[in-house]
Amino acid sequence: MNPIVPMIASTVVAATPLIYAALGETIVEKAGVLNLGIEGMMLIGAVAGFAATLATGSDTVGFMAAAGAGVALSLAFGFLTLNLQTNQVATGLALTLFGIGLSAFVGHNLAGTPLPPLPPIFIPGLSSIPIVGDLLFRYDIMVYLSLVLFAAVEWFLIKSHAGLTLRAIGESPSVAHAIGKSVLTTRYLAVMFGGACAGIAGAYLSLVQTPMWVEGMSAGKGWIALALVVFGTWKPARVVLGAYLFGGVTQFQLFAQGFGLPIPTEFLSMLPYAATVVVLVIICRDPKTILLNQPASLGISFHAAA
Amino acid sequence: MMFVLERRANPSFRMAIASPILAALGMMVTGFFLFSALGKDPVEVFYLFFVKPLSSTYDIGELLLKTTPLLLCGLGLAMGFRANIWNIGAEGQLTMGAIAGGGVALWFGDSDSMWAMPLMLLAGVLGGMIWAAIPAYLRTRFNTNEILVTLMLVYIAQLALSWLVHGPWRDPEGQNYPQSRGFGDAETMSVLIDGTRVTWGIVYALGLALVAWVVSQKTIAGFRMQVAGMAPAAAAYAGFSEKRNIWIALLVCGATAGLAGICEVAGPIGRLQQQISPGYGFAAIIVAWIGRLHPIGVIFGALLMSLLYLGGEAAQMGMSLPSAITGLFQGLLLFYLLAADLFITFRLKRVRPAERIDPKPVVTLKSAA
Amino acid sequence: MNPVGNATDSKPRLVLTGITKRYPSVVANDDISLSVRPGEIHAVLGENGAGKSTLMKIIYGITKPDAGTILWNGQYETITTPSQARRLGIGMVFQHFSLFETLTVWENIALALDERVSSAKLAAQITEVSEKYGLPIDPYRLVHSMSVGERQRVEIVRCLLQEPKLLIMDEPTSVLTPQAVLVLFETLRRLASEGCSILYISHKLDEIRALCDSATVLRGGRVSGTAIPKNETNESLARLMIGGELAVCSLMPRQPEEVRLELDHLSLPTADPFGTTLKEISLTVRSGEILGIAGVSGNGQKELMAALSGERLSTGPMIKLLGQPVGDLNPAKRRELGLTFVPEERLGRGAVPPMSLAYNALLTGSRKGMVQNGMIYPTVMRSFAKKVIERFKVKCGDEQSAASSLSGGNLQKYIVGRETMLEPKMMIVGQPTWGVDVGAAQLIRQALIDLRDQGVALLVISEELDELFIISDRLMVLAEGRLSPSVRPAETSIGQIGTWMSGKFNEPAGRGAAGADPLQEVA
Repeated sequence: MNPIVPMIASTVVAATPLIYAALGETIVEKAGVLNLGIEGMMLIGAVAGFAATLATGSDTVGFMAAAGAGVALSLAFGFLTLNLQTNQVATGLALTLFGIGLSAFVGHNLAGTPLPPLPPIFIPGLSSIPIVGDLLFRYDIMVYLSLVLFAAVEWFLIKSHAGLTLRAIGESPSVAHAIGKSVLTTRYLAVMFGGACAGIAGAYLSLVQTPMWVEGMSAGKGWIALALVVFGTWKPARVVLGAYLFGGVTQFQLFAQGFGLPIPTEFLSMLPYAATVVVLVIICRDPKTILLNQPASLGISFHAAA
Repeated sequence: MMFVLERRANPSFRMAIASPILAALGMMVTGFFLFSALGKDPVEVFYLFFVKPLSSTYDIGELLLKTTPLLLCGLGLAMGFRANIWNIGAEGQLTMGAIAGGGVALWFGDSDSMWAMPLMLLAGVLGGMIWAAIPAYLRTRFNTNEILVTLMLVYIAQLALSWLVHGPWRDPEGQNYPQSRGFGDAETMSVLIDGTRVTWGIVYALGLALVAWVVSQKTIAGFRMQVAGMAPAAAAYAGFSEKRNIWIALLVCGATAGLAGICEVAGPIGRLQQQISPGYGFAAIIVAWIGRLHPIGVIFGALLMSLLYLGGEAAQMGMSLPSAITGLFQGLLLFYLLAADLFITFRLKRVRPAERIDPKPVVTLKSAA
Repeated sequence: MNPVGNATDSKPRLVLTGITKRYPSVVANDDISLSVRPGEIHAVLGENGAGKSTLMKIIYGITKPDAGTILWNGQYETITTPSQARRLGIGMVFQHFSLFETLTVWENIALALDERVSSAKLAAQITEVSEKYGLPIDPYRLVHSMSVGERQRVEIVRCLLQEPKLLIMDEPTSVLTPQAVLVLFETLRRLASEGCSILYISHKLDEIRALCDSATVLRGGRVSGTAIPKNETNESLARLMIGGELAVCSLMPRQPEEVRLELDHLSLPTADPFGTTLKEISLTVRSGEILGIAGVSGNGQKELMAALSGERLSTGPMIKLLGQPVGDLNPAKRRELGLTFVPEERLGRGAVPPMSLAYNALLTGSRKGMVQNGMIYPTVMRSFAKKVIERFKVKCGDEQSAASSLSGGNLQKYIVGRETMLEPKMMIVGQPTWGVDVGAAQLIRQALIDLRDQGVALLVISEELDELFIISDRLMVLAEGRLSPSVRPAETSIGQIGTWMSGKFNEPAGRGAAGADPLQEVA
């Protein structure tokens, strides 16, 4: 069989959790909130989703539990940063440290138990078309849903009134407050959406990709998702494109190994992290790119004087 | 009745001191409920966490041993955080320090040269600094966010170490364990107190805390970094170079984290191996915060965090709880601390709904003042 | 047009009674009452810090009062949100605009509407209303590409689309050229004649006498009196406003000496994508003179300040300080040559908010013996801060008080004092009296004049034309990043400077060329 097809297919699977996490964070950041806790929320989502599926046998329940766990953690973040106006960078770090600890604690007895992977969807006819069928129509449902999510986020930000409000709040919460928009409500909803997406991204790791629970299994993917938002200059389409590029980089490792390239695995494993650094340098090189695209109030607490 | 937050006219100094204590209390209360829910006896857990580690000379030695890397990394991070420079990759700088210093140790082999230890320490410091120089260069030259870069470099450093101990530096007689040969006597730090494992590292760390205190409180360099953290525009207005601050903050932290790394491998570990730190570099973020980003405070923060590590180990052995409990408590502690810190700049005020006053006719008076 | 006539016999539209609002350190509004009738243009007059803005925010539902009642069209209302205020028929045009720079005009307006309208329909409505009231705007333009005057039109049109019964205008003329002020007044009179009530907030006495039917004067958060402005003089209104006589400063003629600052065709692209590019700016400032730079903010003021201070570096010999090219020197190095400066932004740039006044002295004063061999000498630092506090009558606890605990006027006195006591050869001042009370403004202006008399060269950038006419030896105007020719205040008029402020530098500067003060003509 053509080796390109499985390579692309595994790239798509590798990119899917990044898409969920990064699209969620795009919405959060568009509302002016910087949540560095994606890594922690992904791990919590991974362990919650895994435990729920193990208990019920249902992947749907697993993903829902993962989303719920992500939302719960994001609410803690929201309470601290939005109600109590704590430093968003520090709180996000706390969320990640907490998530790593809590997931390891909760998942202590789950480690090593395997689960059957999520079956791909076979569409009669379409899936059996040579090459195209393998390329496009043999993924699990979450891959397709990630594209639906992309379309929904894109529409929300560009076309909907609520999206306009969200963007406005991200630019200037004080102005939005002055014309009567509820900054707190919008930002809470955004943060919760980000939490749900990160939770689902984590569950994709433990239910589809691996599929089992391993302590610290996100291995920096939450941070890469953060970098993807910058790489995509806060535009959903570019964020998704970036996720596929990164998915490709992580898979390159597997293929280099498969082809027996004499490169130590450690160096290949470094690639996604090194690529993140290189990509950030390319995007941030010109400060104007960031100034023009970054939500102006990103990371700054807002306190409405009563 | 409602409560609203109201900004204090001046930040409360008392609250700044009280907040870590409140956070620790909050963590303990949460722990109490958590252990009760898990069916463990909270009193026994508390004994393991807070009494046992202080009950013998050996235990106190262990406490100081774990304090060393936490204090070293915490000091460096606190300096950067004060200037709003978010180096969260002390773990990677620590790893690089261990690789560089450990490499020197392996080069010396079993030699008993008096130069071995000083050169190892120097190499450790330089290794950390080189690793921290990368984000400093990228931030000053390409405007690249140091949070993500320092973190990515943690993974890269750990993979580099993994490659070394699996490959070129693997002990040929080590039954294929991913670890290097053990260091010689001259390449191992001497024990400070008999009957413990604590090394001279803690003395270096405490000495550096003193130096950091003088620099941050008494010198214009420390003042410049503080201004940059509190009001970046004011720093630009005063002409304090942002680039210089970034370089100083990252290089200093790289140096202290690198020193922590070499002190670990040349001390209690005695060789290079796949895992050399149970996340000291990340825990040091919390240490810096609990220490109020103040060098003397960081000493206390490091002691508390060290206690949590020991308690976690003891709980794992004595009560078959997962060691991840340490990470859980670390996260909780930082959460509570951040929440309590709010009351440094704000206070809670009770408000009543607006009173309604009967309308009085508006008197149009032409008053001359 | 007789708005007063048809207003007297109708019921009040808005009656405020006993409005009180306390903040931790100040009572912003203390038992304030006022009443506005349909079609009435009612001035709320008071100096900076008198409580005008707080009162308007209470009416518009942004701020919650601690006590007092609001009677709207004869009914009690508790207004808790701006959208509720808008539903009642209250519109507000903010002093610092409530517009989102990265959005278009129609998006900005859509955000403030409570019902959903399609973009095409809304754009048509915007065009219709803007044409009807003589406020032309393009609905599809991005706000950041618009001048401040155009942005104000967007704000006004946004209010008018909702057919307000009461329009609150908060200091609307600070962003306008004197000619544009006249156009705005026409729009407001037209609205009033249609029955809309207008609350006009200002501290500019000429404007209030020219426009308003009645006035409520605030002082220190209380009502100090009410008046019919047309029957008053500037002096009598000022007495109500500040509780005393307006002090005057004056400039004694003085021969300027050697050139201290020279800009030679300074061109500098903006670093901020929403900023202004400086084009071919040439000027000289000599020892013992004050050069005033007039113009509406947002025309390159910030960029010029940054280029002069060294916060933005330039290349080549375009900027010379004491004859030496300094374009590539950072602010600290320029200070060593004898430059000091007062930025327009006090908290966060001129001073570090959570730090004590003593440490804020160290911010720029390190070469006054406060630092030796890198070590800080706290006693020197504190005694310097004490001297500034004493000489410039800064009201504060002591030199250990946090900068953020001072009022705007007192902090500005401290910053001006600090920069003065660093014994500059050249001083640059941005918006010296923005948001500062009359007493502090007076002291600051006198301090600048004293420096000039001691032979210091000063460059003052200000939006307040009146201020510049008093303290400047020469005036120039910055408009759209370009600088006008220089002129002596005695040889020009407010009208002429106003023409220059809209970027038309070709018209001659002589007296009478473009008429006298436009406000005097209508008053």
